[in-house]
Amino acid sequence: MIRFEQVSCEYEKGKKALDALNFEITEGESVGLIGANGAGKSTLMKALLGLLPHTGKITVDGLMVSGTNLKEIRKKTGLVLQNSDNQMFMPTVYEDMMFGLLNYGMSREEADKRVDEVLGQLGIKELKNQYNHKMSGGEKRMAAIAVVLAMNPETILMDEPTSALDPCNRRIVIRTICSLTQTRLIASHDLDLILDTCSRVILLSGGKIAADGPAQEILRDRELLEANRMELPLCLSGGYGTAHMNGLRGHSQFEDGTAGAGSEVSPISP
Amino acid sequence: MDKTDHAAYGFREMDELAARQSPVHSLHPLAKLITTFVYIFVTVSFHRYDLSGLIVMVLYPALMFTVSGIPVSTCFYKLRFVLPLVLAVGLFNPFFDREPLLTIGSLGISGGMISMTTLMLKGIFCLTASFLLAATTPMDSVCAALRKIRVPGMIVTLLLLTYRYISVMLEELSVMTTAYKLRAPGQKGIRYNAWGSFLGQLLLRTMDRGQELFESMQLRGFQGEFWYADVKKARMTDYLFTVVTVTLFVLCRRFSIAVLTGSLVTGGAV
Ligand SMILES: Nc1ncnc2c1ncn2[C@@H]1O[C@H](COP(=O)(O)OP(=O)(O)OP(=O)(O)O)[C@@H](O)[C@H]1O
Ligand SMILES: [Mg+2]
Repeated sequence: MIRFEQVSCEYEKGKKALDALNFEITEGESVGLIGANGAGKSTLMKALLGLLPHTGKITVDGLMVSGTNLKEIRKKTGLVLQNSDNQMFMPTVYEDMMFGLLNYGMSREEADKRVDEVLGQLGIKELKNQYNHKMSGGEKRMAAIAVVLAMNPETILMDEPTSALDPCNRRIVIRTICSLTQTRLIASHDLDLILDTCSRVILLSGGKIAADGPAQEILRDRELLEANRMELPLCLSGGYGTAHMNGLRGHSQFEDGTAGAGSEVSPISP
Repeated sequence: MDKTDHAAYGFREMDELAARQSPVHSLHPLAKLITTFVYIFVTVSFHRYDLSGLIVMVLYPALMFTVSGIPVSTCFYKLRFVLPLVLAVGLFNPFFDREPLLTIGSLGISGGMISMTTLMLKGIFCLTASFLLAATTPMDSVCAALRKIRVPGMIVTLLLLTYRYISVMLEELSVMTTAYKLRAPGQKGIRYNAWGSFLGQLLLRTMDRGQELFESMQLRGFQGEFWYADVKKARMTDYLFTVVTVTLFVLCRRFSIAVLTGSLVTGGAV
């Protein structure tokens, strides 16, 4: 269980990146973390792991996030970083995955098995012996997710897990997230992903919680979303042509009739 | 490919070289580490006029290149930025030390010429030996080996991070130069008035990435120990290799092999 009580965080004096946050995430819950650029999503995740100094009280399974508890908390919690270039530091994907497993005392045979299992689950077996500096952006992302999943943490934090992924890999990641039973906190601008994987959504705005509730409610609230620089998920807005199925009028057409995202592209007049 | 790009790439390539298979690669990291240290120590300790003694030290790198299958050209290609600096060190000796030490025909060779040559050779030999160590042993194994002989964890971690840092910095450098060039078409290199901010940015970005990389190591249980590095138990060959090479180095230092073999051929009239 994760619990934030009056948590604030600042990078520079007087400029709060997180501002007096209060919320609780219970075990096994899958929570989406949304908000505009700079809303504080990544900051929240780093604070949760004790990577940033904070005021207030953060607890993970009753353990305060500070000092001697950090080791225990970090062992329980996996974080997929927003920038996968910084996630991996060993020469190859295989060695990177082994790193964490061996550090936490798993035997080599067991770790080997675990690596294959996770790579298979994500459908990236061919990346096993690939060198980290020789992968594409999306391949790195898949590998970074594999690296964290391999550890089998009790809580999984993912910061933009599907950025840079092709539709097929995105599907695989969504399926994988859904199949997990651990507590999950997923930050993303891909609201369709959030809708597919999370039952609850926390909406951040300027470091404060602007909304916290069931995903189905918040992600359908066009006014709330637009006030926070977001748009309805495509599958709800009809952007992918699903409007006829759920009867919603898409926002692919702006009020003044000009074409918006997802609508057919009209030829540019000369 | 860009020059800096190539450098970054080349640096990571060391990991690839180190992952190859050969009798040298399979030697215990500690055996190679000790041998390299002793080799460097002995090489440096030759007297500046003792060219004939020093020459013999070429045998070690020559043998290592042959057995490890690492091309000599790769080594010198990778060292091409450092070598000129090493060579420059002795460049002024011929001007300071003009006393003729020996004459070949009517040509007098001054002490300065000889000491310049020995200095250069010492530089080349030491660099080559270090290169061979790095190219046949993964950095993590070297670190693990250092921990085995009780070098403080702090120092070893620092060494590892420095190693990783350099590649991160080169990567950042290449990214930044590319970004600069794209917006400064037709400009050769980076204009001097941008150097200050460019360097500052480079350091900041490297620090940022370095920090996040270190954080992700910590998140996966890194505490200054190298459990994950695959260090096998030392075998008889490892002991044998160390003892034989070290003994040979010391012998080469004590007795001038070149002179000895010379006297054998000429029947003792040195
Ligand atoms: N290293 C830093 N130093 C100073 N300020 C920072 C730093 N990192 C983030 N900030 C500031 O903190 C605020 C929150 O940033 P954060 O990275 O948490 O946003 P985010 O919600 O993850 O955004 P995005 O969707 O773009 O990833 C931003 O206003 C940002 O300017
Ligand atoms: Mg972020």
